[in-house]
Amino acid sequence: MDVFNAIIQTLDSTIRLSVPLLLACLAGLYSERAGIFDIGLEGKMLVGAFAGAAAASVFHSAFLGLGMAILISVAFAMIHGFASITHRGNQIVSGVAINFIAAGSTIILGQAWFQQGGRTPALQPGERFEAITLPGAEAIRGVPIIGPIYAELLSGHSILVYLAFLMVPFTWWVLFRTRFGLRLRAVGENPAAVDTAGISVAWLRYRALICTGILTGIAGAYLSMVQNGGFVKDMTAGKGYIALAALIFAKWKPVNAMFACLLFGFLDAASIRLQGSPLPIIGRVPAQFMQALPYILTVILLAGFIGKAIPPRAGGVPYVKER
Amino acid sequence: MAQAAIELIGINKSFGAVRANRDINLEIGRGTIHGIVGENGAGKSTLMSILYGFYQADSGEIRVGGQPASIKTPNDAIALGIGMVHQHFMLVDNFTVLDNVILGAESDALLKKSIAKARSELERLEREYGLEVDPDAIIEELPVGLQQRVEILKALYRGAEILILDEPTGVLTPAEADHLFRILGQLKDQGKTVVLITHKLREIMAITDTVSVMRQGTMVATRETRKTTVEELAELMVGRRVLLRVEKGEAEAGAVKLAVKNLTVKDTRGVTMVDDISFDIRAGEIVGIAGVAGNGQSELLEAISGIRRAVSGSVMLDGKPIDLTGAADPGELRDRGLAHVPEDRHHVGLVLAFEENENSILGYHDDPRYLKGPFLNIDAIRNDARDKIAKYDIRPADCRLKTANFSGGNQQKIVLAREMEQDPGVLIVGQPTRGVDVGAIEFIHKRLIAMRDQGKAVLVVSVELDEIRSLSDRILVMFAGRIVGERGPEATEGELGLLMAGIEHQEAAL
Repeated sequence: MDVFNAIIQTLDSTIRLSVPLLLACLAGLYSERAGIFDIGLEGKMLVGAFAGAAAASVFHSAFLGLGMAILISVAFAMIHGFASITHRGNQIVSGVAINFIAAGSTIILGQAWFQQGGRTPALQPGERFEAITLPGAEAIRGVPIIGPIYAELLSGHSILVYLAFLMVPFTWWVLFRTRFGLRLRAVGENPAAVDTAGISVAWLRYRALICTGILTGIAGAYLSMVQNGGFVKDMTAGKGYIALAALIFAKWKPVNAMFACLLFGFLDAASIRLQGSPLPIIGRVPAQFMQALPYILTVILLAGFIGKAIPPRAGGVPYVKER
Repeated sequence: MAQAAIELIGINKSFGAVRANRDINLEIGRGTIHGIVGENGAGKSTLMSILYGFYQADSGEIRVGGQPASIKTPNDAIALGIGMVHQHFMLVDNFTVLDNVILGAESDALLKKSIAKARSELERLEREYGLEVDPDAIIEELPVGLQQRVEILKALYRGAEILILDEPTGVLTPAEADHLFRILGQLKDQGKTVVLITHKLREIMAITDTVSVMRQGTMVATRETRKTTVEELAELMVGRRVLLRVEKGEAEAGAVKLAVKNLTVKDTRGVTMVDDISFDIRAGEIVGIAGVAGNGQSELLEAISGIRRAVSGSVMLDGKPIDLTGAADPGELRDRGLAHVPEDRHHVGLVLAFEENENSILGYHDDPRYLKGPFLNIDAIRNDARDKIAKYDIRPADCRLKTANFSGGNQQKIVLAREMEQDPGVLIVGQPTRGVDVGAIEFIHKRLIAMRDQGKAVLVVSVELDEIRSLSDRILVMFAGRIVGERGPEATEGELGLLMAGIEHQEAAL
């Protein structure tokens, strides 16, 4: 039963760890499907995390924190849009700039406002999103197998976790079942077709970036208000980039994205769990290697184990009418 | 003339210093097919883009059905019943036909209803106009002819009464073009107005009721098609008399320069594209290879020029073999006097992002004339480019301009100038005048014949039968990878057409 509990616990932390990846990955999916490469997911998540924790701590409200996280993250997405849609700038440069601005400004503002070395004050109960216990979880905890799966694995997460996973079918539905989704996919493939069909390419791409901003805002709020009890500098720690890798790995499809993020989350969880404990045959593996494993696997997977990933054809190219 | 569907009054449009449209007046009758001809860059496409709301005119008035219309976006044009089939299709390649048809004209925020409505509407349109196409097919899996049909369906689905087609036959096979013309005829019978932009005069004569000619941004004339001739239109387009068929003397064929023996070439899928072909080209003659596109001509050209691997056979240049393993050094072939003007100048012949002078020596940059020690001799290269520009009348006459900014015809002249001025013994030319204006065609043909008269061996591959007949001293017809016949220049179009369709070939096989 020990092994079973270990598995349940690892899977439970897999879910927790994959949530920010999943939200960021879906965020990237909206913008990249619309033809805007967004290397600035990392930065938008970071400002979201900072704004969320700061607002929650000042206004003593988790939901105000979440709202502020989304607001600031969307504002940064609009900066990216202004540079790369309106002024047809290079999307990679704009995204990198956003990451730098985010990394620098969160520390400076954090220090100026809270004087805790760039941290925000530790969040008190009520300022964080608490775990939700699903109905009946306690009642069936004792039932073998099903009990722990329901009570440990499915129940007891914050509302943002459930929201993140609900975003998967919702995103799929938006992309493939609505007019907005059809146009969004079209503008990422051939903006000229959208333009000649009488639809504004710029407005469509801005709307896609708003979706991106909302989701990176939630991802940031999750980091600082659920996973951690406050903002710590550079707390995104490359998750935005991993999310981009997952997006390619998922071939820009929402359900695939969920599995890709769960896989990366699982590797992360496994590496934490296996740190210091000897493995059969191999023996003790250095902790650094375990920590590097998700990244190594990313490289290997992207190097050819996933088949050909065809990005949206107009991705990265600013739309200019002929001439 | 019937009531006007469209009136354009005093339209002006400039792009920077370039006046693309100057004071254009045009009236297009309802229920007619109206042709607009002009050389590349004459302003035809700009004018139609203004009508479609893609660009805004600087000044002027548009009337649709007699009413003044303000067309600021394609949406306005669509609302006024104007549809456009662009030269480069405005389709999302990995979407289905249905998705493309409803894009921008969805009847509901959810796709399910929009698609259901579009499906029944498409069925009706298909019945009415003979526009069959599988609504669930993915665009990129359809041949270009069908993709174009989807564009037409898109316009009709949006309720277009006026259909503008920009160079619709450029990408079509002759059979597909004929089918398109039948469809356009049907549209006209149903009372729709069709505006056809083209630079192919034969199409104008075949299908239009009236024709307008544009030259350098101005509208120079409008004629009833049955009262004009190809010669008159060509003269109006170019502004001077044009020889549609170049005069040339008898060929004085000399020694064999290039000998192709039992050449067999397969494409990347392993399909035999060139099947056991043998022929000779002698000094002082032009050999033309006719055939419908895709019958192995491209692969033949690539194999001879050493780009594509041949499965078997040999090619002798001046009695010495050419390496057919696909590893041939094109530089070495150039040194041996084989010049190649590739079919696809954009991808193979030019680096579009380079300046004109850089492209004008591309592949010959090792020539000591262009070098100063280990460095390029920029002055020599530019002077050389200026000479070629003057000699070949390349416009604009600016050797520092990016090659992408030249029109298709002038790009072709850049490649031709480069290859011809190296004084090769053998010149291989693929599609010498594809996408080239009437005036430039005449010039290119004259140059090719001048090469012949200097005793060069010239191989011309073209899908334009007129061109083959006008240039060649001997015509070889390719069908399904084989040479199915050899004819003299006096062969009739009908005779060659039958050979190209493989008719005689099949009878011989039976």
